[in-house]
This record gives sequence, structure tokens and C-alpha cells, in this order.
Amino acid sequence: MANSMPGEHPEWLWRDPDPKSSYDAVVIGGGGHGLATAYYLAKNHGMTNIAILEKGWLAGGNMARNTTIIRSNYLWDESAAIYEHALKLWEQLPEELDYDFLFSQRGVLNLAHSLQDVRDSVRRVEANRLNGVDAEWLTAEEVAKVCPIINISPDVRYPVLGATYQPRAGIAKHDHVAWAFARACDAMGVDIIQNCEVTGFIKDGNRVTGVETTRGRILSDTVGMVAAGHSSVLAEKAGFRLPVQSHPLQALVSELYEPVHPTVVMSNYVHVYVSQAHKGELVMGAGVDQYNGYGQRGSFHVIEHQMAAALELFPIFGRAHLLRTWGGIVDVCPDASPIIGATPVDGLYVNAGWGTGGFKATPAAGWVMAHTMATGESHELNQPFGLERFTTGHLIDEHGAAGVAH
Amino acid sequence: MLQIKCPWCGLRDETEYKYGGQAHVAYPEDPAALSDEEWAQYLFFRDNPKGPFAERWVHSGGCRKWFNAVRDTRTYEVLAVYTNNDPRPEISPEITATGVAAGGQ
Repeated sequence: MANSMPGEHPEWLWRDPDPKSSYDAVVIGGGGHGLATAYYLAKNHGMTNIAILEKGWLAGGNMARNTTIIRSNYLWDESAAIYEHALKLWEQLPEELDYDFLFSQRGVLNLAHSLQDVRDSVRRVEANRLNGVDAEWLTAEEVAKVCPIINISPDVRYPVLGATYQPRAGIAKHDHVAWAFARACDAMGVDIIQNCEVTGFIKDGNRVTGVETTRGRILSDTVGMVAAGHSSVLAEKAGFRLPVQSHPLQALVSELYEPVHPTVVMSNYVHVYVSQAHKGELVMGAGVDQYNGYGQRGSFHVIEHQMAAALELFPIFGRAHLLRTWGGIVDVCPDASPIIGATPVDGLYVNAGWGTGGFKATPAAGWVMAHTMATGESHELNQPFGLERFTTGHLIDEHGAAGVAH
Repeated sequence: MLQIKCPWCGLRDETEYKYGGQAHVAYPEDPAALSDEEWAQYLFFRDNPKGPFAERWVHSGGCRKWFNAVRDTRTYEVLAVYTNNDPRPEISPEITATGVAAGGQ
């Protein structure tokens, strides 16, 4: 970070260019996935005459609203492969980007509260191990050794019967991740263009040749849609449908406290996930609001439900004060897995449908999206996640591992 | 929390209701005749508009009947409620949400 005198504005990490009239590739969406896509387009594929078009400000959507959890303990082979690729990239990115974004591998516990939970969890641990993903099954007593503030008393409505544990999982500071990618993109010549909303697509027959934006027409034969909650809105402008539904997803933080929570705890059954940020806030999330919505806010009873769950697991939080709640818009797929690949429009690619769990996948999503845009072919990691799976029936049902929020 | 007017029970809290997604999606008349693409559209693809959306709700904590609503997905305002037998009402942009919701179905 640049040294600056008190009161002086620090050096900008990226330029604020006006859009050029054309680029070799355009990425729609300046969130984590869009930034990572542009980063790997430049770094892995040598494409530096490219632009990121962001309708608001950089990383102001779900990248600013997630609960920063990173893990790769998904059930199916296809998911384990892409999320584990992401985790391996996370492990090298702070050094590669020369930016300490507080990636902390403090582990994640996914609690089991019923016999069926236990069976599903043990199955997932074994599946993870077969896929080279670190995973262990812990008894309730072992859970308490990892996270002493969890209430493992059998005398509660939903007792903790055990948990899966992934030690390499953790958290990272989301906005620093965005800034790290943005600085690296900018240094390689990528134009990051904010306040530039895509309002339409220019096509020659069935081939995309550019986009109309609030800052003028921008031509490009290769366009990637990386717009999370607004993917359906963009797809409609391009003339096709996506099998996603946009829902509000809420999260909240407490006031700052001394470090009390050493890991990440998730519980599908009582419906909450909790970690403690470096600064000291307890960060909690839960499920989506049931209705479709683009309002970046949800209903208060959802928060009430998640606080009840948090208090059952962590009685120590009884006197904690809520500091702030917020909502983002997540695009949820029927099988709780993302869509990454070609669209019905030639030259137009989509990365969407991550639902409630896109942050953890940021680097891998960018890696495979860049490959797909640069070569016109899916990478082996995103080949199973194409739109065609809804026709072939080869769904990747991750409702269990995607868990809490679906 | 939303407040939604059940056509039979009147205005109640959202917690009494369950959501049913897009309304007016008919079961295919001849399912066996559908191509894989058409079947995929029926099973997995739903409209996801940013704006007025005709959707299903069930008053599961009350009369347990299904009904339809038009709700604006930007503001979450319920613009109209109507029974399953009624066609989707025309929503004029000038109509205020309170006017329509109060009139109900």
C-alpha cells in the first residue's frame, strides 16, 4: 500500500478510464468473479485489450455483501474439482497478487443435528477424501475442542451430534480481494469501467458483436456475463432465458468483540453460519428469503430466525449487539450448482447461478470463465456446468453441501 | 416483513404464507410429445423479471388455499391478489400499490 500523509488521499489502485470503442473481450460485471475473469484472461491467455463494465462501483454487489467463507467440501466430483481448484488458487493468491487480503485458513465445521445429518455428513467426508479434499468427521466432543464456545449439551432442541471439519477452509477479507484483483488487472492494462451499465446487446445474426451501455456503444466479439443476481435481466436483453431465480439473501454483523470464535461454523439444520472477522465482528448469514426479489433487502423474520439459531449454538452471544444487517441478490439454480459456459448467442458466455455460495469460488470461476471466453471451449472444470445439463438431465445436486441457504 | 392480502382471509403477515414461484405455468397438455428442450423449459426455466411478477402463494398458516399475486420484485409491493380462476390483472404503472392492494381481488 502506498505511504501517504495523514489527510492525503492514498494512491489509487487502478485507473478510471473512459471506455474505448472496442475491445478483444468485454466482461460484464465488476464483482469478484468479473475481476477474476479479467485477471486470468490477461494472465493466462495474454488478452490485455479487454474491459470490465460495472454498472455501479467496483465490487459493490454481492462481493460487498457476502460472509467471506471459503471451503471446498462439496459432495459431487464435479463440484469438489472446481471448488478445490479455487481453494488451491486462494492459497497462492496473496503472494501472487502481492496483497495480504487476510486469507485465514481457520477451518470450517458443518454441524450435524440428526441421524440423517450424521449419515449425510460422513458420506460427504468420505467423498471429499476420495477427491483429495481435506475432510474429517468429528464427534461432538471433538467439535468442542475446535470451537469451545459451541454448546454441545444434549439438552437442547437440536443437539450437536458431530460435524464435518475441513481444516484448510477459512475466510478472506472480501473487499481486499476485489482490490487486489483490480490492481493486478489494471497493471496488465485491463480497463475497469465503473458506472457503465449494459443496456443491450449488438448482434450480427446470432453472433454478439458488442454491447450498448450508458457510456456508449462498445464493440467486442467476445462478451462474458458475470452479473450474479441480475443475470436473468441481462439474458433477457440478449434474447434467452436462464434457469435461475433471484432471491434476497441477508447477512448481519455484531459489534466488535475480542476474539472468541476460532473457526467457521455452519449448520444447515438450525440454519445459520457464523465466523468472526479479523476486526472482531461476528459475521452471520442464513437462508434466502423465499420470494423472488431484486431489492437488496429481505424480511426481518428471516433475521430473527437466524439469531435464534445462533443463540442456540452459541449461548455466549446472548448479550451481543447487532451492528448492521444487509441483503444482496443471489441467482439460485434448481440444482444449487452454477452455470458457466456458452449461451444460445455465439460469442456470449455466462457465469451465473452461484446462488448463495459464489465468493469461495471466485478464483476458479474466473479461471474457467477466462478459459471459456479465450478459447471458445469449456475448461474441463466447467464442462459439467453448462446450460445443456438442464436438457440432458445431468444435474449436479448440491443442495446438501451448498447447505444452509437453499 | 411483507403483508399480503389473502383473497379469503384478508391482510396477514408474510410468515403465514409459503411462496410458490411463477404463476400461470400450465402442466403440458401432452407431456410425452415434448422434446427434451421443451421438457427442460417446463421443469427448470421460470421467468425472473425485475418488476411486476405474477406468482403463487399459499396461505399455509391460515385457510391453506393457493392464490396468485402480482408483486413488484424491485419494491416487493403487492400490486394485486386474485384467485387461481382469474386471469392475471392488468397492472397499470399509474396505479398506486396501496390502491390496488386495498381493493384486492
